[in-house]
Amino acid sequence: MGTVPIFRKRLWERIVEALIHFSGWITLIILGLITVMLFREGLPIFSYTNPLSFIFGTTWLPVSSPPQFGILPFIVGSLVVTFVALLIAIPLGVGAAAFLSEIASSGLRELLKPIIEILAGIPSIVLGFIGFILLAPVVQSIFHLSTGLNGLTAGIMLSLICLPTIISISEDAISAVPKEYKEASYALGATKWQTIRKVILPASSPGIVASIMLGIGRAIGETMTVLMVSGGRLSIPTNITDPMSVLTARIAIEINNASFRGLQFQALFAMGIVLFLITLVVNIISDLVLEKQKRRLGQL
Amino acid sequence: MTSIAAKMRTESVSLFYGKNQALKQVTLSIPRNQITAIIGPSGCGKSSFLRLFNRMNDLIPQTKVEGQVYLEEQPIYNARIDVVELRKKVGMVFQKPNPFPMSVFDNVAYGPRVHGIKDRVHLEEIVERCLKQAALWDEVKDKLKTSALSLSGGQQQRLCIARVLAVEPEVILLDEPCSALDPISTMRIEDLMQELKKGYTLIIVTHNMQQAARASDFTAFLLAGELIEFGPTKELFTAPRDSRTEGYITGRWG
Repeated sequence: MGTVPIFRKRLWERIVEALIHFSGWITLIILGLITVMLFREGLPIFSYTNPLSFIFGTTWLPVSSPPQFGILPFIVGSLVVTFVALLIAIPLGVGAAAFLSEIASSGLRELLKPIIEILAGIPSIVLGFIGFILLAPVVQSIFHLSTGLNGLTAGIMLSLICLPTIISISEDAISAVPKEYKEASYALGATKWQTIRKVILPASSPGIVASIMLGIGRAIGETMTVLMVSGGRLSIPTNITDPMSVLTARIAIEINNASFRGLQFQALFAMGIVLFLITLVVNIISDLVLEKQKRRLGQL
Repeated sequence: MTSIAAKMRTESVSLFYGKNQALKQVTLSIPRNQITAIIGPSGCGKSSFLRLFNRMNDLIPQTKVEGQVYLEEQPIYNARIDVVELRKKVGMVFQKPNPFPMSVFDNVAYGPRVHGIKDRVHLEEIVERCLKQAALWDEVKDKLKTSALSLSGGQQQRLCIARVLAVEPEVILLDEPCSALDPISTMRIEDLMQELKKGYTLIIVTHNMQQAARASDFTAFLLAGELIEFGPTKELFTAPRDSRTEGYITGRWG
C-alpha cells in the first residue's frame, strides 16, 4: 500500500520536472529561431549596400532605380520619439509610483491601481486615434505648425504607453523597501519627502531602473500609435516638432508592398535586426546598471 | 527617585489600535540622565509604550492616544508640536539593526543632512565624533565609504546608535536593541549605554530581565498594557512590591 503511491509520485515529479525543463528550453529555442530568421532574411541586403551606408545613409528610396537604403532618418526618429516619451514618462511614472505606495491612502491606491492597469490595456491603435484626433490639433496650434502629426505628438502618446509599465514596476520596487528603513528615517526627524527622496527612492533604484528599461523597450518597439501620429516624413528630423518616421512604423507600412525576398524586403528585415540590436543594448546596459547598483548597496 | 528631575513623563496615557487597547492609563516619569528599562512579557505593550515618546505610533494607521506625554513639561500630543523637532530631540534605536543601504559615512551623516548641514568638513567632524561616541570609530575609520550592510550585526547596531547621536538628541529610545545580537556585541552596547547616560536620558525596552537588572537604573514592569510597578532597578528586582512583578522576575511565568 505504501510503495505504489511513492513510485507514482516520483514518476509524476519526473514528468513535471521534464515539462518545466521543456518550457524553459522552448523559449530559448523560439528566441533562437526568431534571431536566425531575422538575420537570414535581413543580412542579404548587405551584398547590395554595405552596413555603414545602410545605418548612416540618409536617403531611403526603396523602389526607385537604383534603390537607396539609408535608415538613419528612422533611427533618429525612433530615438527622438523615445526620448520625448521617456522625458515625460520617467518623472511622471516614478512620481506616481511613489505617490501610490507612500502617500495615497489605501482606498485611493485600490482605486488607482486598476485604472493604471486599464491604461495599460488600451489597444495602441486606440491611443493612436486619440493622438490623431485630440492631441495633434493642440500641438499644431501651440507650436504654430503646418501639421500636428510629428515627433512631439508621437512622443507624448508613446509616454502613455510606457507609463503603466514604469508605474507598476516602480511601485512594486518602492513597496518592497523594508519598513525598517522608513522608520529609521522618520525617527531621525526626516520629513516624508526627505524620506522618499533620500532613502526610499535610492533603495528601490534597481527596480526603478528596471522599470525604465522595460519602458524604453516598449517605446522603441511600439508601432501602431507612432505610425498614426508621427507624420511619416522620410528625411532626417531636425526638430522634435518635425514629422518623422520610426523604424517599427516604417517596417509596418512597407512590408506589404515589398516583393518577397526582394531588396526592399531584405532591407526591412535588416531594420528589424537594428531594432533587435538596440533592444539588446538597452537590456545589457540595464543589467550593468542593476549590477552596479546592487554592488553599491552591498547586496552582492 | 523623586529627587531626580523627570526628563519625560506620561500622564494616564491610553493607546488604541483600532478597537484594541494596547496601553491603559499609564503614568510614569522618566528620570533625567538615567537608564530606564521597560520590561514585561511579549505583547504587554512595551514597544508601543516606547513609541509614544517620539510619536512613532503616528505612522501606524488608526492609532489613538488619550492622555498626555511631556518632554520637559511640554505636551507632545498637541496639534502645535512639530513632530520633526520632537524626533530630533528624542532619537530611537530599533530592535533589528537597520542601517540604510548607504555607506557608513552617509548613514551617520543622514540626520545632520536632513536637518540642513551641508558643509563637508562639518559633516566629517560629526561623523567622527559620533562614531567615536558609539565605540565604533576604530573598527570602521578605514571603511567609511563601504556599505553599512557589510558590517556585522553588532557593528550595525552601534552604527545605528551613532546615527542617532549625530542628530544630537536629548533622549534615546532603545527598542530591544540587543535581541538580534550575540553576547559580546550585547555587552558592548550595554557598556555604551553606561557611557551615554552621562549626556542623555535613555529608555530601553528589553525582554531580557538580566539585561534590565544589569544595565538600568530604573525599571518599569508592564503587564497587559498596565503599569504594574516602577522603581529603582535594585529595589524592583530585590524587593518587588507587587506579587505579579515578583512572579515575572523570578521566572515563575512570562
